[in-house]
Amino acid sequence: MEGLDRILKEHAFFAAFSPEHIQLLAGCARNHRFTAGQYLFREGDPADEFFLIRQGKVALEIVAPGKEPIVFETLTDGEVAGASWLVAPYRWMFDARATTLTRAIGLDAKCLRGKCDTDHNLGYEMMKSVLSILVKRLDHTRLQIIDVYGRG
Amino acid sequence: MGEADLSLAPLSDPFVPELYRTVRVTRELRDTVTLELAPLSGKRPAFEPGQFNMLYAFGVGESAISISGDPAEEGTFVHTVRNVGAVSKALSALEAGAAAGLRGPFGTSWPVEGAEGSDVVIVAGGLGLAPLRPAIYHILANRDRYGRVSILYGCRNPGDILYRHELEQWRQRLDVDLTVTVDHADASWHGNAGVVPSLIKRTAFDPHDTVAMVCGPEIMMRYSMNALRGAGVSEKRIYLSMERNMKCAIGLCGHCQFGPEFVCKDGPVVPYSKVARIFALREI
Repeated sequence: MEGLDRILKEHAFFAAFSPEHIQLLAGCARNHRFTAGQYLFREGDPADEFFLIRQGKVALEIVAPGKEPIVFETLTDGEVAGASWLVAPYRWMFDARATTLTRAIGLDAKCLRGKCDTDHNLGYEMMKSVLSILVKRLDHTRLQIIDVYGRG
Repeated sequence: MGEADLSLAPLSDPFVPELYRTVRVTRELRDTVTLELAPLSGKRPAFEPGQFNMLYAFGVGESAISISGDPAEEGTFVHTVRNVGAVSKALSALEAGAAAGLRGPFGTSWPVEGAEGSDVVIVAGGLGLAPLRPAIYHILANRDRYGRVSILYGCRNPGDILYRHELEQWRQRLDVDLTVTVDHADASWHGNAGVVPSLIKRTAFDPHDTVAMVCGPEIMMRYSMNALRGAGVSEKRIYLSMERNMKCAIGLCGHCQFGPEFVCKDGPVVPYSKVARIFALREI
């Protein structure tokens, strides 16, 4: 457990969290190792785990029927995958595929939500951290949608 | 009042193009070519990284095109042209041996000397890599004069990567941190996907001792500058290359006016601190 405490504390996502909160969260955490090509999760699956990437590279993909998957974002060390675990109906909205050997920490979503419900300070910290990532990704998505490299 | 020194050679008329010959054409992308142009007579003028020439397609018109070659190499001007309008279409259609008119070089340059001793972050988007390439050549040729050097390049998809071969060569160097990202790709792409400003937080540099050079579509530059400022880089040390319609190229006609500045004369390369106030104005 002490090892997971340390790993969580060192992860950029938890930089602003107190040691007490880190310790609480460590109870929901476990280590993962994904080989290249292995999926962390797939669209439609229950979002029952929140992944913090420690090392490696993860492609986020959307698949349209009959077409090749489209990679729209790549995540790497210190980043987190997805927020669907936080919002009902708790199902992933895209695929996440490791493109290299990837080491991650998975936080059990039910456990995490329970701790956030019980300790609202922890819940608020968690919301602030997730929201800041979502706002950045929304900005980036806007940039992708408007196709800045188009002919104008 | 003394008499004028008539022994001085008269200055050439800045509105009259010199004759150049196309010596090489390289197709870079489906709508983008690189032209190598040699003067029909005399020596090619020296240029600074970031400057541009006015290229004249006979019978069609003139357009401002950044110089994208190595400033240390003599003999020719190198220009990468994307076919987006009448003039660039005519320039893109030039074949080896064809003649073109050229005025220049004009404008301000990337601060490659001012950046010596500092970390350098180069952020390029799409065709914006072309005006930055002379600065990259200079920095890599004088690598020991700089701190960490990072090149961040973004484009629409893997098929639109400009100067792919050169990017691959630069990436093999152990003294350069080079990352390419695409807005989207299919699953066969093993590189990075996402927008180029998102790479800035993943890049190692000392924000208090970094010079950033940014070139690309204006929205991409805005996001990149926000990310650089967010990382702690001073507006005075973030340089960008502005693009506006230019006609005279010597600050007379006002076509390229940007607030109180003329992009052709006061730019195209400017520190962000100089234009920050007007950069986000919708009317300009």
